[in-house]
Amino acid sequence: MITFFLSIALGILFLMLFSLYRALFGPTILDRLIGVNAIGSKTVVLLLLIGFLYERVDMFVDIALAYAFLNFVAVLAASRYFHKRKGLYEESFMD
Amino acid sequence: MDIIVVLFLVTGLFFFLGGAVGIIRMPDFYSRLHPAGKLDTLGIFAMVAGLAIYNLHHFSFEALLLSAKMFLIVFFVFLSSPTATHSIVDAGMRAGLRHWTKKKRKG
Repeated sequence: MITFFLSIALGILFLMLFSLYRALFGPTILDRLIGVNAIGSKTVVLLLLIGFLYERVDMFVDIALAYAFLNFVAVLAASRYFHKRKGLYEESFMD
Repeated sequence: MDIIVVLFLVTGLFFFLGGAVGIIRMPDFYSRLHPAGKLDTLGIFAMVAGLAIYNLHHFSFEALLLSAKMFLIVFFVFLSSPTATHSIVDAGMRAGLRHWTKKKRKG
C-alpha cells in the first residue's frame, strides 16, 4: 500500500507540471494566478500522502490544513491587488 | 477495504488529470477557470475521503478524530475554492479582460 501511495504522489507531482506551465507561460497575470491556485490545491493532498509515507499523519494533517488556509488567503489577496491595474492585459491577450 | 481506498485515490487522480488538461487546453482565461475551480475541488474530496478510510484501518478514537480533521480540510476547501474562483473572475472583469470569441480566419 505504501508503494501505491508513492506512485499516487508521483502522479500528482507529474500533474503539477501542467499547472506549472500555465503559471510560468500564462498570457495574462490572472492565468498565472490560476496555475498557482491549482498547484496549491494539489499540494494539500500531497502533504497528506507524505504524512502517510512517514507514518506521522497526526502532524501532517495540521500542516495540510494550514497550507489550505495560506493558499486561500494568498489567492484572495493577489486577486484583490490586481483589481486596481486597469489596462494591464491589453497587449498580450489573444491577438 | 483496500479496494475502496484504491478506487477513491484513482478517481481523485483522474479528476486532477482532467483539471490539469483543462487548464492547459482551454482557449481563454474565463474558460480556463472552469476546470480549475471544479475538478480540483472534487479531486481533493475523493482523495481525502480515500485517505481517511485508509486511516480507519486500525480503529481507535485517535484515528477517528484524525479522519474527522481530514474531512474538516475538505469542508474548508469546499468553502474557500468557489470564493477564490469568484475573486479571480471579479479581478478579470474589473480589469476589463475581454472574453474569447471564435474569429474567422482571413485570407
